[in-house]
Amino acid sequence: MQMPDPDAAILSRKARIVERLQSVLPTGAVIHERPEVRAYECDALTAYKCPPLCAVLPTSTEEVSAVLKICHEEGVPVVPRGAGTSLAGGALPTADAVLLGTARLNAVIETSYDDRYIRVQSGRTNLSVTGAVEADGFFYAPDPSSQLACAIAGNIAMNSGGAHCLKYGVTTNNLLGVTMVMMDGTVTEIGGAHLDAGGLDLLGVICGSEGQLGVVTEATLRILRKPEGARPVLMGYDSNEVAGQVVSDIIKAGVLPVAIEFMDRPCIEATEAFAKAGYPMCEALLIVEVEGSEAEIDEQLGLIKQIASKHNPVELREAKDADEAGRIWLGRKSAFGAMGQINDYMCLDGTIPVSELPYVLRRIGEMSKAYGLGVGNVFHAGDGNMHPLILYDANTPGELEKCEAFGADILKLCVEVGGCLTGEHGVGIEKRDLMGVQYTRADLAAQMAVKDVFDPAWLLNPAKVFPLEASAAHRVAAA
Amino acid sequence: MITPASEAELSEAIRAAEGPLRIVGGGTRPIGTPVEGATLSTDALTGIELYEPGALTLVVKSGTPVAAVEAALEAEGQRLPFEPIDHRPLLGTKNVPTIGGIVATNASGPRRIAVGACRDFMLGVRFVDGRGTILKNGGRVMKNVTGYDLVKLMAGSYGTLGILTEVALKVLPDVDDAATVTLSGLSDVDAVRAMSAALGSPFEVSGAAHDPEAGATYLRIEGFATSVAYRAGRISDLLAQFGTADVTHGKAATAETWAAIRDVTDFAGRDGDVWRLSVKPSDAPALVAKSGAEAVRYDWGGGLVWLLMPEGADLRAKLGTFRGHATLIRASDDTRRALPVFQPENPVVARLSEGLRAKFDPRGILNPGVMG
Ligand SMILES: Cc1cc2nc3c(=O)[nH]c(=O)nc-3n(C[C@H](O)[C@H](O)[C@H](O)COP(=O)(O)OP(=O)(O)OC[C@H]3O[C@@H](n4cnc5c(N)ncnc54)[C@H](O)[C@@H]3O)c2cc1C
Repeated sequence: MQMPDPDAAILSRKARIVERLQSVLPTGAVIHERPEVRAYECDALTAYKCPPLCAVLPTSTEEVSAVLKICHEEGVPVVPRGAGTSLAGGALPTADAVLLGTARLNAVIETSYDDRYIRVQSGRTNLSVTGAVEADGFFYAPDPSSQLACAIAGNIAMNSGGAHCLKYGVTTNNLLGVTMVMMDGTVTEIGGAHLDAGGLDLLGVICGSEGQLGVVTEATLRILRKPEGARPVLMGYDSNEVAGQVVSDIIKAGVLPVAIEFMDRPCIEATEAFAKAGYPMCEALLIVEVEGSEAEIDEQLGLIKQIASKHNPVELREAKDADEAGRIWLGRKSAFGAMGQINDYMCLDGTIPVSELPYVLRRIGEMSKAYGLGVGNVFHAGDGNMHPLILYDANTPGELEKCEAFGADILKLCVEVGGCLTGEHGVGIEKRDLMGVQYTRADLAAQMAVKDVFDPAWLLNPAKVFPLEASAAHRVAAA
Repeated sequence: MITPASEAELSEAIRAAEGPLRIVGGGTRPIGTPVEGATLSTDALTGIELYEPGALTLVVKSGTPVAAVEAALEAEGQRLPFEPIDHRPLLGTKNVPTIGGIVATNASGPRRIAVGACRDFMLGVRFVDGRGTILKNGGRVMKNVTGYDLVKLMAGSYGTLGILTEVALKVLPDVDDAATVTLSGLSDVDAVRAMSAALGSPFEVSGAAHDPEAGATYLRIEGFATSVAYRAGRISDLLAQFGTADVTHGKAATAETWAAIRDVTDFAGRDGDVWRLSVKPSDAPALVAKSGAEAVRYDWGGGLVWLLMPEGADLRAKLGTFRGHATLIRASDDTRRALPVFQPENPVVARLSEGLRAKFDPRGILNPGVMG
């Protein structure tokens, strides 16, 4: 992975930059000694590491503004960081950058059940947002599997999704407003507790901009009342094609489940060995969950089971109680862990039109043989968001590169059938150099024009999202 | 009138333009500061490119009439979830509303509070910018975070960043049954409280509106028949402190009630300017009391207020500082030139928006000034 050479002039000014940052932050909020700084050298894409110049941990919007003002004056790049769970290297520092961590921005600012929103500082973890309103029967809907750790700031930057987004949408559909600090230190409010922008929808483009347009310090989020209940049903099929057809038929029938999850044989086998959830051994397994009162659940599951039965399932199991529901979800929730037991893995998240599911799974199987690397598929089938997990051995020389090449082929296939490179994890550095597969130069230039407007000096989260050769002219113009 | 029939022709027309272009889809939503310029119509950019009911996906050219899209969806038991307003009754316009006009205005009706706005259902766009460059963003799949989200940016940009040629939308199944729960005689404050209680319940209300003139507060429930009956009952119980609820069952009756709420047909024949106010619901009644409006209608549980104002009156001056935005929807050309049609923005947002327009339309020829 090519990264720009660090700016030697910045490295030589480290002491002065650290001193200036210390002058605007509480004691201990600037981390600049070698061993401590290494805590920030990578995110969850651990194959790539680089300690930053220093890290800062501000506690308020004002402190973030003061930090950015200094960095702007000094011409120092800034890499924002939430909890560092990005799977795309979105929070990977460069050696000449100040890493701005949101860990100390974790307060709840305001909650309104009448108007159904919560306002939090952006470093608060996803799960603890729900935690703040749960006792009163409310929840924050987007639920990435990393929700115990990941921060709202990272969720907004990546426009993260979760298992229940089929019904509730992803981050952008649940975000009402932000307080954002521009690279020059200017603070602005965008959106708020009311709905929909009057002018251009800047909030829409900030969400998913991977920390490159501004630093988000506060967010207003939509909260919802918890449903009366939820219940899953598990079904097994002896071919991916049939399971894909079942997904399509359920959607067409007018039932809107909250989740439709899909696992293929390699994944079922790994999961069974690891979690012993009692899954049937078959080619494809679906977990479909619906919500509502007991009677409403019965009605919806009745319809779903009717559709499922028509396609000759090898197994059709409805949860009778919370215990059984837990067991049905157990395997799915341990899938990543189970695959990790077998080997190192790389997790992709290309999205495809649901109708292309059988074809894409077959092609992935063929490629897996050609590359000689195992792959398991576990994913959100309702919306076509695949998660192929490619198994490799990091200690075998050349295997990481082989795995990356296999991954790139899978993502190209996703684009070829009408899909995209990433459905929820973001581009970061991981998919940066594949952007040309999905977008023309003009398409990328249009996106970079947005960056030119928000961050004219191109200092925020450098070397991510856009191929370096595509962004070169913009960066030169900015310097 | 310029009527390009393809993206290439549109690109050519924009490159060749020597002055401002007034972009018209169906032309049924003449909202914004009036634009002088050569008319460019999307009339010849029509057709459904792809419709996969099993994937809830629709790709359609921008000049396609909304009615044609709705007919295609209805044939498969599906619908546009965000329930776009038909501006014709309110604005007294004729002709045929297009998909491009809906997207360019982010037109979203009563169901917005339950499922999201037009922008939330947009999966991808193709458009031609002010330099004639043909661009795309997003795609046709349900989840896509590949690069910046220009799809949202194009929604509600009133043609000022580019002329849309094609949009990909997520659609949803139509419902089996519906009902309207009606409460009577509530004050505006109590009506908003009742709507908040309903929207904060687990019973999935898909519309919450209040008509102070009729003294009626409406809550819509949609879904499978037994579920609709169950939830209508539970909502009625929940709101017992606000009086006895009247429940009207049936899809047809419910559709009629909510089409009138969506299109604000009550204000259609009445003199005066029409404003649209987006605020947090609990702020709405106090703002209405200050407004000097001749009549109001609440939608979105109080978060959206339609105000019928004396001609030429400046609603924003009456409200003073408030959090939210007020848009002038219907007024004479003179008033729409005298008052900012859109809520003036804070300086940073205004600078960013101006900067974006300058990038996408450096010559300033696409609907110049329409957004103020
Ligand atoms: C086990 C596991 C499971 C996962 N499951 C899911 C899943 O189900 N769905 C899903 O969508 N993702 C998932 N992820 C990916 C990851 O958790 C998400 O991308 C998450 O939103 C990242 O949040 P974070 O706080 O860790 O951000 P970080 O990793 O710290 O940063 C992510 C991006 O946000 C930017 N950023 C951080 N703070 C700010 C700020 N204040 N202002 C502006 N930009 C900022 C960073 O620069 C970076 O580009 C998973 C990850 C792991 C490790």
